Amino acid sequence: MTRTFTWQDLISNKPAFIAVTVLAALVVTALFAPMLAPYDPLAMDLDSLRLPPDNSHLLGTDSKGRDILSRIIYGTRISLAVGIIAALSSLCIGVVLGMIAGYFGGKTDAVLSQIFDVFLAFPSLLLAIGISAVMDPGLTSAMLAIALVGWAGFARLVRGITLSLKEQTYVEASRALGASTSRVLFRHILPNALPLLLVAGSLRVGGFILIEAALSFLGLGVQPPTPTWGSMISLHRVYINSAPWMVIFPGLAISITVISFNILGDFLRDKLDPRMQV
Amino acid sequence: MWYFAAKRMLLFLPTLLGITIITFILMQALPGDPVESMAGERATAETIERIKAELGHNKPLPVQYALYLKLIATGDMGRSVYTNRKVSDDLLQKFPNTVKLALAAMLFASFIGIGLGVIAAVNRDTVWDRLVTLLSVGGISVPVFWLGLALMLVFSLHLRWLPPSGMGNGSLAYIVLPAITLGTFSLAYIARVTRSSMLESLSQPYIEAARAKGLSETTVVLKHALKNSLIPVVTLIGLDLGSYLNGAVLTETIFGWDGLGRYALDGILKRDYPVIMGVVLFGALIFVTINLIVDISYHFLDPRVRAKK
Repeated sequence: MTRTFTWQDLISNKPAFIAVTVLAALVVTALFAPMLAPYDPLAMDLDSLRLPPDNSHLLGTDSKGRDILSRIIYGTRISLAVGIIAALSSLCIGVVLGMIAGYFGGKTDAVLSQIFDVFLAFPSLLLAIGISAVMDPGLTSAMLAIALVGWAGFARLVRGITLSLKEQTYVEASRALGASTSRVLFRHILPNALPLLLVAGSLRVGGFILIEAALSFLGLGVQPPTPTWGSMISLHRVYINSAPWMVIFPGLAISITVISFNILGDFLRDKLDPRMQV
Repeated sequence: MWYFAAKRMLLFLPTLLGITIITFILMQALPGDPVESMAGERATAETIERIKAELGHNKPLPVQYALYLKLIATGDMGRSVYTNRKVSDDLLQKFPNTVKLALAAMLFASFIGIGLGVIAAVNRDTVWDRLVTLLSVGGISVPVFWLGLALMLVFSLHLRWLPPSGMGNGSLAYIVLPAITLGTFSLAYIARVTRSSMLESLSQPYIEAARAKGLSETTVVLKHALKNSLIPVVTLIGLDLGSYLNGAVLTETIFGWDGLGRYALDGILKRDYPVIMGVVLFGALIFVTINLIVDISYHFLDPRVRAKK
């Protein structure tokens, strides 16, 4: 049975409503960063180093006199782009391989499942570190590393869903009518798996954003001077005592973003995941 | 039962091979030619060829992989480019420190997490419940390295209760902040799972029976409901142990804790690839071994899992 939710559900669930509002605001911020940022995020101002928050610099300035608010606004682009693109691409890999494993079964399933298990056998951040360390650090390497870390979880989920869906009568009917395998997979199985994928995807984006932040923090993500939330923290952690705002605000940005994705994921799971009905 | 353990251990082998294949591929993808950097800039083409032949670098990939596997089987993970020390020696030397930190973090996460979960379940739909829920969403959403810095700012730099970094020759005060930092993520999950597992137990008829017998509410909650709610929690705690390795990289960096994580970061900063790959491989091996042990012992401990087979 598929479950759905209405806008009414969303509005009446206060945390979920706030989370969606925050996420919408973040997307707007990312899209219109040049218009919203009060300063150039890269412009150094040697006369205003490490200024605490005040009226001209709402969140203060960093050790090179750059406006922290502007840098956080631009940093939204990296975090959201990496989080969402990594989630979508790992979802795509996971869907294709998971459906193949679940639908064909037998040796194909055994081999593919073993591959999923191997990828899941790595502690996620360590694998991401290993992958991004062998590439030139940057946007692409971060996304690739996270996608390669994330796909296997989706694949295992999709495999399980496919296993149960392929026994359904409508799948059998479509096969009896002579539908091709790809038609069965993409027209019948995939649409029915979508709600669960939406839930899993939204629950994972937050984790992906955290990995991106960690990679940036370790110097393996998007490189300076491009502002990312993770690198803003690592660049200024030595000032934690004298100028804590340089570290606190980017961290708050990460936390608020990830919390919003997680609350949204929880909401979607409550509404869409039939296993949650009990 | 023994059959299950044997089967599970047999399945362990392809996973191990798979892990080494991935690290092998990563090593192949390393930027720069390791042989050339080893031989130095003035080495002639012949010298480089000779070293390559010695190391088996001119052989086809499957042969190179077999050689790699042979090295790993003997515990050889290469040497650090900078210190020329054996990576395996360093790993074994740092590992106990990480284990110490991870155990402290696990104790913190388990006790506080279970406690919070019970409080939330008993006070369902009250402010307390909502507070715990908020905390458990926050705990999995806050970046570990930032949480560490924030705790350090408040508790060591402002309040001066605890030392900000270092290992302090085993003095207990030094492990408190790193353990809290590392354990928070798990704590959040444990609280969440305990809460839902407790809610399920509390709705069972035997709870009514226990209450009807006239037992005090504390006895009912702790002895009857909690005891029966702990199985999923204990599994979670066990399976989560391996993932402490993720957080350890960041936590140890922040607090100057001399374990695997900081070792990895040093490797990353210096682009010391044998070190990075050594930690990745070692971490994965630890991770799968823990999962194997948890899986098998779970099988022995929980009669219901056995019955399902």
